[in-house]
Amino acid sequence: MIVLQEIRNLLRLYAQQFKTTFASMVQYRASLFIWMISQVLEPLVYLIVWSTVSNSSGGSVGGYTAQGFAAYYLALMLVNQFTYTWIMWEYEYRVRQGQLSFALLKPVHPIHSDIADNLSSKLITLPILAVVAAGLALIFHPTAAFNWWAGLAFIPAIILAFLVRFLLEWTLALSAFWTTRVNAINQVYFILMLFLAGQIAPLSLFPHWLQIVADILPFRWMLGFPVELVLSRLSPAQALLGLAAQSTWVFISLILIRLIWRAGVRVYSAVGA
Amino acid sequence: MTEPAIHLHELCKTYRVPERESGMRAALKSLFHRRMQDINAVDGLSFDLNPGEIVGFLGPNGAGKTTTLKMLSGLLHPTGGECMVLGSVPWKRERTFLRQITLVMGQRNQLVWDIPASDSFELNRVIYRLSPADFRRTLNELTELLELGPLLKKPVRNLSLGERMKCEIAAALLHRPQVVFLDEPTIGLDVTMQRRIRTFIAEYNRRSGATVLLTSHYMADVAALCKRVIVIHHGRLLFDGDLSGLVQQFTAHKTIIVQLEDCQASLHAYGEVLNCEDGRFTLRVPKAQTAQVTERLLADLPVIDLLVEDPPIEEVIDQVFTQETA
Repeated sequence: MIVLQEIRNLLRLYAQQFKTTFASMVQYRASLFIWMISQVLEPLVYLIVWSTVSNSSGGSVGGYTAQGFAAYYLALMLVNQFTYTWIMWEYEYRVRQGQLSFALLKPVHPIHSDIADNLSSKLITLPILAVVAAGLALIFHPTAAFNWWAGLAFIPAIILAFLVRFLLEWTLALSAFWTTRVNAINQVYFILMLFLAGQIAPLSLFPHWLQIVADILPFRWMLGFPVELVLSRLSPAQALLGLAAQSTWVFISLILIRLIWRAGVRVYSAVGA
Repeated sequence: MTEPAIHLHELCKTYRVPERESGMRAALKSLFHRRMQDINAVDGLSFDLNPGEIVGFLGPNGAGKTTTLKMLSGLLHPTGGECMVLGSVPWKRERTFLRQITLVMGQRNQLVWDIPASDSFELNRVIYRLSPADFRRTLNELTELLELGPLLKKPVRNLSLGERMKCEIAAALLHRPQVVFLDEPTIGLDVTMQRRIRTFIAEYNRRSGATVLLTSHYMADVAALCKRVIVIHHGRLLFDGDLSGLVQQFTAHKTIIVQLEDCQASLHAYGEVLNCEDGRFTLRVPKAQTAQVTERLLADLPVIDLLVEDPPIEEVIDQVFTQETA
């Protein structure tokens, strides 16, 4: 009963946060538009580069045709949009400006507002991006195989991808408790993400040893894996292993978040909130 | 004997801050070996507040007022001693505790900048799990007392400083906290707005019976609201008692204002002349001699009017702190 009550209260919070986020977002239509362009432009550049490479090397690179790359990057654009967070850019500000103090005074864990805020803004931006992706599909003619089990497995895969990415980036954002040079950490993170999540190229194009590294680290499970899955480029065994890896990372990040949050708050409350 | 709402016993907070001289060499040295310095922001503070009291918390910048308020609201972990608020240890930040307190920081805002205050209020409603009926009732009451009506629907960024502060205070009180910490709630506001907020705090305290601990640099706030004041300096307690007692304890002087027919008279023999204008003289005399000097003035001179006053509270406070540092 208490658990149900708790969940109901959280759902109310999420619903209310949605209204707040929505109201804030529509205030800045121009910046929203510019941000959307950047979300589209990056995968678009890779798409064009790889299609060109593929066409000039006899129609295929590492098993991807130009249309295959189009499918890969359009799917990546949408999956990235779904799992994307901006929390790492915000935490330093929160800690420095003392906004975090207000969050700590509230009788609810601050992560809930962030999850709700993130999901709310996705609800607004995803449909727009889906339309953009559909438009791009008309230009680039993506082709990919589809089978029903992969489509089905994609649902838990993308939810787990969101959770891994959100929880890990939220944990990483907590570095703001210890350092004011959060940007340096973010840069390293984004470079790793670029190579090991399948952003700059599909991971199957990388040397074997790098693929093993990518399997061990969490980045692939935040982005590349659901994309490969939905394009039916994985075997059922690979899909199951992937879901297991994702679940493991959710578990690890939940432990990390708990430990680092506690330690961070201790530091915050030691040096002056 | 009722349980105190707020209890501090030998409360301490020491900050460790890196100490570094300026210059290249020192910078390089600090890369390998950091010298740390301990700063005692709060240094053995003890006092109790009874439920329903409004207490002024005074001290110059850096005296440890904000640090104390942050320890009491659970944001800072004390390095020594103990404090209890409504029977809870603040830094554990238990939900039941957090639901019963609030901290208003005059220099900081919790309201979301881009949206109307009423939207932020709604968010607080779900965060504090208030029933819609309770929330409505409190909001109506706060709207009436703070005259929020026309402000609630405007984006916060379009509000003036004073308007925003009123909304901030409302947001902080929606959950009807039993303990209210106010850190410079009137800072930067004009006199009218200061007075309005002051009246509000008094009224809120009267209606809700909440315990209020208030810091302010404006003595008018303290004089109007607080019977009791606690003065700290360098993190230590200097005075705890009635406002009038503070004046008694820390000033050795009284001010005598005499109106004479004779504008040319010289009163230097009676005390230190602070001011003289059209036969109206302001004298400063040692407290012990007040009666005697008054008597002499009345006997010697053609006095039209005579007034004995305590020095203004600002002056007293100023004296307290300069005495202490000297």
